[in-house]
Amino acid sequence: MIMGKFQLITKGLIKENPTFVLLLGMCPTLATTTSAINGMSMGLATLFVLVLSNMAISATAPYIPDKVRIPAYIVIIAAFVTILQFIMQAFTPDIYKTLGLFIPLIVVNCIVLGRAEAFANKNSVVDSACDGLGIGLGFTIALTILGLVRELLGSGSAFGHKFISGDGILVFVLAPGAFMALAYLIVLFKKVTAKKGE
Amino acid sequence: MAVQSSFKNMTLCLFAVCIVSSALLAAVYAVTKEPIEVAEHAKTINAIAQVVPEFDGEPVSDTIEVAGKKYPYYAVSKAGQPAGYAVTVSASGYGGALTLMVGVTADRVIYNTTVLSQSETPGLGAKCTEPEFADQFRNWNPAEKVLKVRKDGGDVDAITASTITSRAYSLAVETAVTVYDAIVAENNKGE
Amino acid sequence: MEYILIIISAIFVNNILLSQFMGICPFLGVSNKLSTAVGMSGAVCFVITLATLVTYLFQYYVLVPLGIEFMQTIAFILIIAALVQMVEIVLKKVSPSLYQALGIFLPLITTNCAVLGVALMVVTNEFSYGGEPHMLDLGESVVFAFATSLGFGLAMILFAGLREQIALNKVPKAFRGIPIALVTASILAMAFMGFSGLV
Repeated sequence: MIMGKFQLITKGLIKENPTFVLLLGMCPTLATTTSAINGMSMGLATLFVLVLSNMAISATAPYIPDKVRIPAYIVIIAAFVTILQFIMQAFTPDIYKTLGLFIPLIVVNCIVLGRAEAFANKNSVVDSACDGLGIGLGFTIALTILGLVRELLGSGSAFGHKFISGDGILVFVLAPGAFMALAYLIVLFKKVTAKKGE
Repeated sequence: MAVQSSFKNMTLCLFAVCIVSSALLAAVYAVTKEPIEVAEHAKTINAIAQVVPEFDGEPVSDTIEVAGKKYPYYAVSKAGQPAGYAVTVSASGYGGALTLMVGVTADRVIYNTTVLSQSETPGLGAKCTEPEFADQFRNWNPAEKVLKVRKDGGDVDAITASTITSRAYSLAVETAVTVYDAIVAENNKGE
Repeated sequence: MEYILIIISAIFVNNILLSQFMGICPFLGVSNKLSTAVGMSGAVCFVITLATLVTYLFQYYVLVPLGIEFMQTIAFILIIAALVQMVEIVLKKVSPSLYQALGIFLPLITTNCAVLGVALMVVTNEFSYGGEPHMLDLGESVVFAFATSLGFGLAMILFAGLREQIALNKVPKAFRGIPIALVTASILAMAFMGFSGLV
């Protein structure tokens, strides 16, 4: 029983990693990973919404008529996103400002609606929370790694601590570097997990 | 599993979801409204404290119109004497608007500047927030030194490879001095 | 003059896909073939412009007067979802041929973050086009939205063309599919960086 819940959480980390395997939620992945901290903040923000919306949708799904389920889910997700906006504005205004538009855009992150459709609406509240936690953590870790790689190459620092004097390879902090770094990370992830499978 | 859809229950259900969500939001909004305001206020005070000399009491917020544009500013005082003004100005940089808060002391010297928002290129123009560039404006006397980059015949050392950002920064500071003059002129008129 | 600056800035300098990273899902998902890319771009163009017009009016004539700006995200996404549904129904009735071309893309557009992104951008951000930063008015917002969607279309069509060519080449196994598409996007983004500073 406990094993089952644990597996629900861990599958989101590697086997169903939303970024590297399922390739979902690419917009925030590329846009907010200019540094490890930014990537991690975006991941945690998504995790927050994902867990709460998964739970709420799992609890209400039996009462929602089939034909209006998508709009109903969207409203539920949007409500949690707005709550997150308030909390961030009040307690972490700097991070809120850095992530900017990508916080309200969690509403249209395909991961959140995807989990609602694929998992939360047919599983129990606790299982859905575990699933949200797992997928959210997988997303957070992926964004942190991507942010870290871009920060290391782009500005020669990690989590804001600088190792080198002067600049890094600036292009990695800019748009082209986002695409490039993600491409190579996906390839690396594929290689590593393929070896494990053998 | 899910309930059969009929027009009645679809409408009812969506309506209920919307009502509950709105009620929840309104509640959270009411709770977080004060902390949000406190956080924003703290940020403004912080920015003001960076750019003007030591002051006591609350900064007084006001706006002034110069050449058809409105500029918000804060007046600070120490022991009843005006200590300086923190003016919010913006100019068009390389990647969009560059907004600064510029502090001018009562004797028309720039005390310090701070960037409120910018969208310059990271690693290039975005260096305008770093002390290497921004500190040259500390204690800058506009009567002695010209607020233009060296390339344009002024005294501002531009950021390498980011002349446009440096120009915008200089222009914004220069605008702040103009606004300061307007504020002083209006205060004198009032007396 | 300002309209021209808005158009150039939205299409080239701040390209929604290649520099703002909004709408990446369809960018990677339906760019395998040039024809589907064109269809998707057309549908997005239509929806972004219409959605921005409606949400802009809703923001300034409903949310602001009532003092409930905090309902923005919920209201906007509902408007967009309803709008997409309506466009689908109207299109089916009025122009079946256009519906055939764009129809399958319409349901996907609700969760295209470019649509909500642009709608939110015009009511929260200040823009400066060579002058003072300011909020866009209705006309500017609609022009901005339309130009942004043209930028989306341009990047999308260029990208689909490139991917059609890549499909003919030998690509290392690990790079097949999305990774090589991302590398291509990276090079395309580099090319678009050349426009920065133009406006």
